[in-house]
Amino acid sequence: MTKRTLILLLIGLMLLLAGCRGDSGTSGQASVSLQNKGSDTMVNLALAWAERYQAEHPEASISVTGGGSGTGLSALLNGTVDIANASRAIKDEELEQAQAAGFTPGEYVVARDAIAVIVNPENPVKELTLAQISAIYRCEITNWSQVGGEDRPIVRLSRETNSGTHVYFLEEVIRLGDKTNTDIFCAETLLMPSSEGIIAEVADNPNAIGYDGLGYVTEDVKMLALSENPAGPFILPSVENVNAGTYPIARDLYMYTRTDTPDGLVKAYLEWVFSAEAQKIVSDLGFVPVEAAP
Amino acid sequence: MMENSRTRRSEFAITFFIKAAGYSSILLVTAIFIFLMKEGLPALGDVDLKTLFGSRWYPIEGYFGIWPLILGSLLVTVGAALVAIPLGVGTAVYISEVAPAWIKEILKPLIEILAGLPSVVLGFLGITVAVPLLRRLLDLPTGLTAFTGAVMLGLISIPTIVSIGEDALNTVPQSYRQAALALGATRWQTIWGVTLPAARSGVITAIMLGIGRALGETMAVMMVTGNAPVLPIQWNALFMPVRTMTATIASEMGEVATGSAHYHVLFFIGIVLFLLSLIVNIFASFVSSKQRRRAERVLS
Repeated sequence: MTKRTLILLLIGLMLLLAGCRGDSGTSGQASVSLQNKGSDTMVNLALAWAERYQAEHPEASISVTGGGSGTGLSALLNGTVDIANASRAIKDEELEQAQAAGFTPGEYVVARDAIAVIVNPENPVKELTLAQISAIYRCEITNWSQVGGEDRPIVRLSRETNSGTHVYFLEEVIRLGDKTNTDIFCAETLLMPSSEGIIAEVADNPNAIGYDGLGYVTEDVKMLALSENPAGPFILPSVENVNAGTYPIARDLYMYTRTDTPDGLVKAYLEWVFSAEAQKIVSDLGFVPVEAAP
Repeated sequence: MMENSRTRRSEFAITFFIKAAGYSSILLVTAIFIFLMKEGLPALGDVDLKTLFGSRWYPIEGYFGIWPLILGSLLVTVGAALVAIPLGVGTAVYISEVAPAWIKEILKPLIEILAGLPSVVLGFLGITVAVPLLRRLLDLPTGLTAFTGAVMLGLISIPTIVSIGEDALNTVPQSYRQAALALGATRWQTIWGVTLPAARSGVITAIMLGIGRALGETMAVMMVTGNAPVLPIQWNALFMPVRTMTATIASEMGEVATGSAHYHVLFFIGIVLFLLSLIVNIFASFVSSKQRRRAERVLS
């Protein structure tokens, strides 16, 4: 009985000591850390940036997590992260919450992204107008034969409502950019918890249509050429077409900070993000680089 | 003397610890209930009842109809029960009544491993194997359906049903079986007419706990049911996508602003879920206590 107590005590003590070592074991080296969270569209980009930056600056530690633009911004407002990634601009009510909490978020456009509309490679449909896609996602068009495809039911895939991509798609495609329009996705739309889930289902299912950031699209699915009006031209999503401004659904990707005058690691990191080296990673990952420094 | 007071002191400490552990569970449940009520009931003020019990769920535009979610959860749970009850009870009967000792030795640990399998792993298997397979096999528009979710949930609740059901069957006195066999009953007649009815309360508890597990399961369901908030009232709803309450809470809670209408409605869904599992539990204990009273009467 007493022996066992002693052993338990010893184990407890060891754990305690181990904990202490972890806390104070930095051995003089001034290490700095940064929490980065938000958009799932940007998570691969943010991870690649963080890895490269940490390789060059061993004293810096940057942890990156996804969860969605809304999740990242609400973490920024709650003060649990230093930089929030968002694939949409901050909403007015989020800005009000920030001001109520006593700070003005800094906004940086760090890259651009095109939304690719994807179908199964077996699907013969090659191009659609935005109006047709809107009708598909509002369940007005329910069969592929109505848009020049085979006689198959259409299965609509979308990201969850906490995704910036979802909100962007709702505003720019379903509502065709019309602010007074109140159309929404029809209830039959499948809301997938991840980009990978959409790609996996579209790659497997010839009935499916989905959308995703250009950086996520793999070889297993087919991208559609899109046009704003029925006469065309129908444009495929690519870095060149986004930069030329011809692809109709492209958007800015943002980083938000807790202050509009960041300092220390946040400032250094943001400056590096706009460097040629970091923007090279942007184009490597299928996103579109930006040129202007903050 | 010395020894005596030490024993008494340790006795006191142990009793105190056990008591505290017992009361803490009551305290915890009460605290959770109060918290749920506090965060969820304001939903009734934020959203009018017609919207709340409407048929459309699209929270970012103020559509807070929770019917599709409630019915989605019920549909998937009932489907899971239909999969899990025959398989689970059947396995329990096989292990306890039919299987030779060496098979029993292999099956029992395997069932326990299945019980320990994280549901996200099953969900992953579902999305890579079951979803494409079911679409081709049943010629569905998509394999992401309530049925796929029900099969996954069935697999998740089977181990619970098997291990508790098997324990219940083991407590049936050997003399019951011997008496039935002596009267000329076949093995099947003994199982169906004597052993299972004698263990009924335990088997029903096992089933109810399995259903409770299915009702509250989140991850696997979120991955394979498609999460489309359709009102599942068509005849083929089982083979269409649905959205469950748990998946809704899990995928939306991370994003909501604390204190918003959406936040309160998500907690309100939590209350509904809590009440549903309470009903399942009350029903289980009602059935098993009724059974015990009858059994006591017979035996006395």
